[in-house]
Amino acid sequence: MHELAVTENILSIALKHAEQNQAARVTDINITIGQLSSIVDDSIQFYWDIVSEETICHGAKLHFKRIPAEFFCTDCKTQFAMNQELAPCPNCGSFRVRIVTGEEFFLDSIEIERKE
Amino acid sequence: MPTKVAVVEKIMDANDQVASQIRDKLTSKKVLAINLMASPGAGKTTFILRTIQELASRLRIGVIEGDTAPVTIDADKITAVGMPAVQINTGGECHLDAMMMSSGINQLPLDDLDLIIVENVGNLICPAAFNLGTHLNVLIASIPEGDDKPYKYPNIYRGLDVLIVSKTDLLPYIKFNMDYFKQGVELLNPGLSTFALSATTGDGFSNWIEWLEKQAELMKQN
Repeated sequence: MHELAVTENILSIALKHAEQNQAARVTDINITIGQLSSIVDDSIQFYWDIVSEETICHGAKLHFKRIPAEFFCTDCKTQFAMNQELAPCPNCGSFRVRIVTGEEFFLDSIEIERKE
Repeated sequence: MPTKVAVVEKIMDANDQVASQIRDKLTSKKVLAINLMASPGAGKTTFILRTIQELASRLRIGVIEGDTAPVTIDADKITAVGMPAVQINTGGECHLDAMMMSSGINQLPLDDLDLIIVENVGNLICPAAFNLGTHLNVLIASIPEGDDKPYKYPNIYRGLDVLIVSKTDLLPYIKFNMDYFKQGVELLNPGLSTFALSATTGDGFSNWIEWLEKQAELMKQN
């Protein structure tokens, strides 16, 4: 349930950038989440409607872009996607792998309507 | 007509900034701080008590206890052995964050300490997302929790500096495939420092104590 704290962070970052850009209203918020981040989109959406009340972000739509987890095998140099579970390199069976993508968690952009 | 504004800001940035200030403060005071995470019932408090008992003659230790409920059961056990303890009630939140940590260290006598042990809220998900400004992230994985935990909670294993495999005295009674467990850890955090031990029997505990004391010494030499 740390989604509440996360949602408050999203709001504060969005408001900061909205104000810097003289926004009258924020219409859309684009968030990037890696597959390995333990964040539940639905919970963020639920908290969002509550925490954004009485701000220029109220009513903004949240869009979540999911980045699949990809690993790189340092032995045979194969890059491979994670399926359901963590697994060794599908090509050579090595456990010496490192995560290439899947740990992202950032606010990518906002869409605003400017003051007239 | 809506305009797109590029942001590209890490969502945990505010927490990370506070954490970084805390780490600088602790480092300048030469106090080593460890963030101890585990699931409920893994034996965090027992582990801390034994660690304190074994190091009490050589290190000055303070403890920050994170709990979701306003109970001082854990903090009371620490103060009973004569060490300063601060209780932080997270008010239902499932983790400690950098702001809570900041209030915790402000209540401890930093000039008179060598080591701070932070007992995070018992949870394998949320604490992984919040840097506290400690120098080391430590996880206790107890044998009865099962060998699949690295696969189910990859995030917490990713951020670790040290792994404690505890309650090894229960290995004869529980189905726990150590190879499968270690493979999961290796995939997520290659070469992770690991100590297998039992805080009840003391088996393997001295390796951990030696290692921790060494880290505290290195902090003093900084």
